[in-house]
Amino acid sequence: MAEASSGGSRFFGPSDRHLLGIQGMHPSRIEPILDLAESYALLNRSRKTPRDLLRGRTLINLFFEDSTRTRTSFELAGKRLGADVVNMSVAQSSVNKGETLLDTAATLNAMRTDLLVVRHSQSGAPALLAQKVDAAVINAGDGTHEHPTQALLDALTIRRHLGRLEGLTVAICGDIAHSRVARSNIHLLTSMANKVRLVGPPTLVPRSMASLGVEVHHSMETGLRDVDVVMMLRLQKERMSGGLIPSAREYFRYYGLDQRRLDLAKPGALVMHPGPMNRGVEIASQIADSDQSVIREQVEMGVAVRMAVLDRLSRGGRS
Amino acid sequence: MSTCTVFENVRLIDPASGLDKPGRLLVRDGVVVGYDLPGSEGKPDEAEIVDGQGAVLCPGLVDMRVEIGEPGHEYRETVKSASRAAFAGGVTTVAVLPTGSPPIDDPAMVRMLRFRGEEPDYVSILPYGALTKGCQGAELAEIGLLSEAGAVAFTDGNRAIASARQMKLALTYAQAFDALVVQHPEEPTLAGGCATEGELALRLGLPGIPTAAEAIMIARDIRLVEMTGGRLHFGHVSTGEGVELIRQAKARGVRVTCDTAPQYFDLNETAIGDFRTYAKFSPPLRREDDRLAICAALADGTIDAIASDHAPRDPDDKRLPFAQASAGGTGLATLLGVTLTRYHDGTLSLSDALALLTCRPATLLGVSGAAARGGSRPVGTLVAGAPADLCLFDPDRAWQVIAGELPGHAQNTPFDGRALEGKVLGTWKNGRRVFGGAA
Repeated sequence: MAEASSGGSRFFGPSDRHLLGIQGMHPSRIEPILDLAESYALLNRSRKTPRDLLRGRTLINLFFEDSTRTRTSFELAGKRLGADVVNMSVAQSSVNKGETLLDTAATLNAMRTDLLVVRHSQSGAPALLAQKVDAAVINAGDGTHEHPTQALLDALTIRRHLGRLEGLTVAICGDIAHSRVARSNIHLLTSMANKVRLVGPPTLVPRSMASLGVEVHHSMETGLRDVDVVMMLRLQKERMSGGLIPSAREYFRYYGLDQRRLDLAKPGALVMHPGPMNRGVEIASQIADSDQSVIREQVEMGVAVRMAVLDRLSRGGRS
Repeated sequence: MSTCTVFENVRLIDPASGLDKPGRLLVRDGVVVGYDLPGSEGKPDEAEIVDGQGAVLCPGLVDMRVEIGEPGHEYRETVKSASRAAFAGGVTTVAVLPTGSPPIDDPAMVRMLRFRGEEPDYVSILPYGALTKGCQGAELAEIGLLSEAGAVAFTDGNRAIASARQMKLALTYAQAFDALVVQHPEEPTLAGGCATEGELALRLGLPGIPTAAEAIMIARDIRLVEMTGGRLHFGHVSTGEGVELIRQAKARGVRVTCDTAPQYFDLNETAIGDFRTYAKFSPPLRREDDRLAICAALADGTIDAIASDHAPRDPDDKRLPFAQASAGGTGLATLLGVTLTRYHDGTLSLSDALALLTCRPATLLGVSGAAARGGSRPVGTLVAGAPADLCLFDPDRAWQVIAGELPGHAQNTPFDGRALEGKVLGTWKNGRRVFGGAA
């Protein structure tokens, strides 16, 4: 079994084998991925995708956590590039010990897998796998740590609409403390000279998050003022049963995105959401379906970004 | 047609503005217009004159810890009967605990109580919101919506928030609304008894509550405030160890405050005598050294306010073996008189004693002067523009507390038979006299 060192193997580049996170990733490595994804987005629309790029390669979607949307997006991306795609859903209870995860890695090595897309409820699980498998590992969301392809697809969506990815003010709203999407976006957006505001109740957005180089707001009214982009996050039901907020109605009253609050942002500000949405909890239906919403386009860009990532990682493996 | 009242020949004391001098006060249409000194000219024609005969005129008292029977326990007391007791004690504003039945954990309940208090014959009501749903200590109540409806602070009443995690969440979440969290400082797993643990409880065969139950909870919560940056108030502190922890925390700049109640600086555990249930409280009456420590903490400012801790009980709630009897005593009508014992023994100046009953609780609850929260009428001060909620009292006039003859419905006073100096002569709400005849 390969014993890849963790140093120097997280990111794209001549020696990069995996995509485990955005933290520490230089903008000079992000931009080419977005450029490549942009071209895949155009090819997808024209239905002229290069179906032989990954011919003969095996991609396994190894999902220890349910996620139909992300898994399907990676599956489509792999198939559009000609890879053999296998979906493996693994019951959480059987793999919640590190040793079992390593057993899984050994199994995957024996299967001669080329690309491994991993989602896991534990932060760091894909990084652990990456040390033990021969395949290129793509983190498709690990615990509350990172979801790098989501940040990349968000970045691509913003760039397509606003024409740039620097000098913007972006509000990320909701359950930041438990959000891997938020973390990846914070890393990406701050590294590209954007201002990031985190907005939510103190139980979901601790003041200490300011140490990530962002502003923390506990009021939507101050947090959304003059922003270019409003990123809403999904509020998970367990946050209510866990006592972090009192009720859905109170949450929507103070932290839900409605027209009145959106009007505080810059005219034409983008409204984003990683999905699936809780309409009437974190976002009003009229906003989700409005002209300012780019939520459906995020899904489309998701496939393009994942194609770009698979492309780059498979090239890295060949070089 | 505008109405006008001039209070003449009074000693005006308004701790909020530092006023303490003889003079007269002008009230028009229920609002304080201003004051001037004796001998000044210019009295509005047709003004009603109230001659105070040298008595003290101060803001109506703000009692920050009151139970009333409504909703759910109307047999104990109603807003109407509680108002009679309050006005007789010079109290014009009460903060009502959320522990009725149902508990005040819904914005509609808060609004209902607010509206009741706006009726001219009733004391003004500032409802507390439940800190947790149903005051059960398990899930946060809707602090934002309750605040918006008019809740002035959040507490589970005499139920301590037992879980440190829950208190941490509450202190953290409440910051989004700048909401004050109020804790009953008694570690519940140590508070299963009914008297202070020690020789007296031992002799009477009563299960004891160690004084450390208070200190442990205060120490824990101070640490949680330091961790979260929240704002916490301890209700009815009763022990020397407890106030010392608060004193030290305040010196470090931690955002904690506290109040105490008359029984903790005027009575000690011997008041329970041979199982006298009218002197059963939660927390229980303490030893004499604790009582003295509470007096010292009043004098040095560690204690921010005095609340009556008014808890009306039906005789049937009290006519039970001591351990089974309900805890709590009435306090509205005796609040000023008992507090003035600390003025008469030299512990507090008159102005400082009144500050603990007027502007300081108003400040804690966010309803003082210009800083009154949206929708709240500013109380606890005589500054121009404030509602003319007034208390006229003679600090030296003696009277005796007699259970059965107190104003209001509930009569379960622990001060039965007690001679007090300091009698309320008149009370005004929005400029209208609601208690007392000729001064």
